[in-house]
Amino acid sequence: MKKTLGIFGLFLAVFISTALINPRFVSVYNLENLIRWISLFGIISIGVSFVIITGGIDLSIGSLIGMTGSLTAWLLTQRGWSVSTTLLTVLAVSLFVGMAHGLLITKLRLQPFVVTLCGLLLYRGIARYITDDQSQGFGNTQENLRLLAIGKVAIGSKFSIPIPFFILMGIAMVASLILNRTIWGRYLFALGRNETAAHYSGINTDVMKIAAYMTCSLLAGIGGILFSLDLNSIQPSGLGEFYELYAIAAAVLGGCSLRGGEGTVLGVIIGTAVMRVLYNAINILSIPTHLEFAIIGAVILAGVVTDELAKRYATNRRAIREQLGDNPLNKSQ
Amino acid sequence: MVATTHMAEELLDVRSVSKRFPGVLALNGVSLTLSQGEVLAVIGENGAGKSTLMKILAGVETPDQGEIRIDGQSVKIESTGKAQKLGIALIHQELNLADNLDIASNIFLGREPQRFGFVDRPRLYADAQIYMTDVGLTCKSTTLVSDLSQGCRQLVEIARALSTQARILIMDEPTSSLSQGETEQLYKVVNQLRQRGVAIVYISHRLPEVQRLADRVAVLRDGSNAGFLTKGQITVDAMVSLMVGRTLGRHVRTSYSHGEPLLELRHLRTPSFPKHEVSIHLCKGEIVGIAGLVGAGRTELLQVLFGITPALGGEVRLAGEALHLSSPRDAIKAGLALVPEDRKLQGVILEMSVGHNATLASLQRNSVGGFLNAEREKKQAETITQQIRVKTPNLDQWVQFLSGGNQQKVVLSKWLSLKPRILLLDEPTRGIDVGAKQEVYTLMEEIASQGIGILFVSSEMEEVLRMSDRTVVMHQGRIAGELTRDQLSEEAVMHLATGAGDSPPISVLQE
Repeated sequence: MKKTLGIFGLFLAVFISTALINPRFVSVYNLENLIRWISLFGIISIGVSFVIITGGIDLSIGSLIGMTGSLTAWLLTQRGWSVSTTLLTVLAVSLFVGMAHGLLITKLRLQPFVVTLCGLLLYRGIARYITDDQSQGFGNTQENLRLLAIGKVAIGSKFSIPIPFFILMGIAMVASLILNRTIWGRYLFALGRNETAAHYSGINTDVMKIAAYMTCSLLAGIGGILFSLDLNSIQPSGLGEFYELYAIAAAVLGGCSLRGGEGTVLGVIIGTAVMRVLYNAINILSIPTHLEFAIIGAVILAGVVTDELAKRYATNRRAIREQLGDNPLNKSQ
Repeated sequence: MVATTHMAEELLDVRSVSKRFPGVLALNGVSLTLSQGEVLAVIGENGAGKSTLMKILAGVETPDQGEIRIDGQSVKIESTGKAQKLGIALIHQELNLADNLDIASNIFLGREPQRFGFVDRPRLYADAQIYMTDVGLTCKSTTLVSDLSQGCRQLVEIARALSTQARILIMDEPTSSLSQGETEQLYKVVNQLRQRGVAIVYISHRLPEVQRLADRVAVLRDGSNAGFLTKGQITVDAMVSLMVGRTLGRHVRTSYSHGEPLLELRHLRTPSFPKHEVSIHLCKGEIVGIAGLVGAGRTELLQVLFGITPALGGEVRLAGEALHLSSPRDAIKAGLALVPEDRKLQGVILEMSVGHNATLASLQRNSVGGFLNAEREKKQAETITQQIRVKTPNLDQWVQFLSGGNQQKVVLSKWLSLKPRILLLDEPTRGIDVGAKQEVYTLMEEIASQGIGILFVSSEMEEVLRMSDRTVVMHQGRIAGELTRDQLSEEAVMHLATGAGDSPPISVLQE
C-alpha cells in the first residue's frame, strides 16, 4: 500500500509539473488521448505482472502484440474473415502461445528469460512473414469494431472517456479479484515467494505458472487487437516494439518485484500512467524526443532506488525498535 | 574480568560480545580467550550461537556490543579482509573452494604471486607445494579440486589459511563430512599446527572428538557462556550437562495405545538407494523414530512418502488401501503431512504472514468456487495457531520475524488444520532452541494422542531416545534394525546405524 502511495506521488508530481509548464497538457484532447494510451498499456502491464508475481518474466509480449495486431487486420481485411472468428482465433493463438511458454518453463524447466526471448524473435518473424511485411490496415471498414479502441463515452458536455478505459477497468477488476480474493491469487503470491514451500504445501505450482503465462499472453493478445484497431495502420515489423519493456518497467515501478511474490493491480496501473505521462510530457514540453528513453530510464531508476532506500530505512527502524526491546517476540523466548 | 594476570599472553580475547538478529538475540555477552598453540573447542546445541560468534571473528558479521582484543590490542573486525590481516582464518562448514581450479590456484586465490603483472606460475605451484606438505597433502599442486575427496578439500582450505600466515584458525565442524581415515589425518594436522603455535578454535558436535583434541572447552547455551572446561575436566558427560543446562528429563512417553497398522511401506525402493527395499509400518497414535547417520536415506524415504520423488518400486498402504503418490497433493489428499527438513526453504514462506502460512494447505476448504472466505480463513488461522501455541504478536506478522521454534509451529499449524492421519517430520527440532524443542515434543505427544501416526527422522540421539515408541534404524538405504522401547539405547542405535560393524563406517560417511 505504501508503495502504491509512493508511485502515486510520483505520478502527481510529473502530472502537475507538466501541467504547470504547459497548460496544453491538461487540454481535453490531450487528456483523452493520454487515458486511451494508459488504458492500452495498462492491459498488457497487468498481464506481465501476473508472470512477474510468479517470479518469471515475459519478454515476448511486444512481438506478440505485433503478431496478434497484424493478424487481426490481415484476417479481417485480406482474408475476409468475420469479426467473431477473427477475434476468437487471435485470442486462441495468444492463449496457445502462453501455454507453450508455460509448458516449456515448467515441464522442460527452461528459463523464462530464454523461452520468452525466443518468443520475442519468433512472433515478430511470423508477423512479418504472414503479412509479407506489408503494412496492414482497416481503411474505412470495421468502423464499429474500431470503436472498441477509438470510441468514447461522453461525460458531461465537454469531456469523454475513451472506451479502452472501461476495458482496462473490467480487466483490472477481474485481475484484482483473482489476485486478492481467490485461492489462485494466493497460490501465485506463495509460489512467487517460495516455490518449493508452495509445492510442499500441495499447490500445483506448474499449473499455476502455466496459467500466469497464459494470462499474460491473452492480455497481450487483447492489447494487440486494440492497438491495431486504434492505429489502423499497422507495421508488422514495428507494432509493439519495446512494449514488453514498457510493460515490465510499469509493473516494477508499480511495486512488482522481479524476485516474485509482490505486486498490486492498482500499483501497476499507476506505474503505467507514470510511464505514459512522462512520454506525453516529453512530447508536449518539446524536449528532444531523442532523449525519451534516457528520461524514462532515469525516472524509473530513481523510483526503484528511492523504494529500496525507503525499505532499508524501514528495516533499520525495525532493528532499532527491536534493540530497544519493543518487540513482543523477544519477551516470549 | 578475572584473568587479568594472563592478559598479555592471550592471543585472542573476546569480551562480552552481543549480536542481535531480527527476532532473536544470537549472542548475549559472550566472552572467551585463546592463547598461542591452544586448541579451544567451542560447543553448544544448534542455535547456541557458535556460528554467529565465528562469523564475528571472521569479519562476516559485526558485533552490536562488546570488545575483541588481539595481542591485547582492541580491534574492530569489520570485514573478512581485516580478519585476514589480523591473522584470523575461518574454515567453513561448506567449503569455499573453486572446484574448477587446481589446488595451487585455490590456495593463492586473490593473492597470486606475480611477475610483470602476470601470474608467476612456477612460483605459484612451488609455494603451494610447501603449504600442502605442511598439512600432509601428498598430491600435486596442479590437481583439480573437483578431483579431490572431501577430506583433501578440507586440507586445501587449511593450507590456504596457513598461506595467509594465519595465527588463529577457526574450524567449523571440520570432520562432519570426512571419512574415518581422513578424520585421523585431520587430527594429525591439528596437532602439528598446535605445536607450531597456531591457535585453533574448533567447533564440533562430536563430543568424543572434542575430548580427544581440545585443550579447553567453551560451552555456549542460548547465546551465552554456559561454562568452560579445562583439560582434565573434559568428559562427554560434563560437556553434555553444560550444553543442555538441565537434563532434558528422560521423560519417556508412558501412556500410548497402538491401534491397527495404519501406514504400511512394503518393499519400497527410493531413487537414492535403488537396490534396497524398505518396509516399515506405523500404527494409529504411534510415534516411530527413524534414526541413522546423515546420508542413510531417511530424508529420501520421507520424500518418496510425500510424493516429492517417485518411488522405484514397492507400495505404500494407508489403512489397507494402496496409495498413488506422484505429488505432494496426492499425499495430502490421502491424509499425509510433511514437516520438512529445511524449514526456511521447504516449510514456510518467510515473506508471508503467519495467518496465510497457516492456511496455505487448506485454502480449498475455505473457499467457494475459488473465492476465499476471508472470515472463515481467519478464524481457522486463529484457532489452529492458538491450539499449537504459536507465539506471534498477530497473524499478519511475517513468518520471517518469528523464532525458529515458532516457525516450526507455523508449519505444524498448516498441517494440523487439515486433520492428517499421518504426520511425517524430518528433523523436527533442527535449529530451534532448547525451550522450543520441549514444546515441539509436547505437541508431538498431543498429536499422537489424537490418533495421528507420527513418523519422524532425527539425527539427535536425545530426541530419538525420548520420543520414539519404536525406533527404526537405517543404514545405507536399508533398514538395519528395529528397536522397541525396551531395546532402545544409544549404543543399540549407533551399533545399527554404523552397519553393525559389517561394513566400515567410512563408506557411510562418504555418501
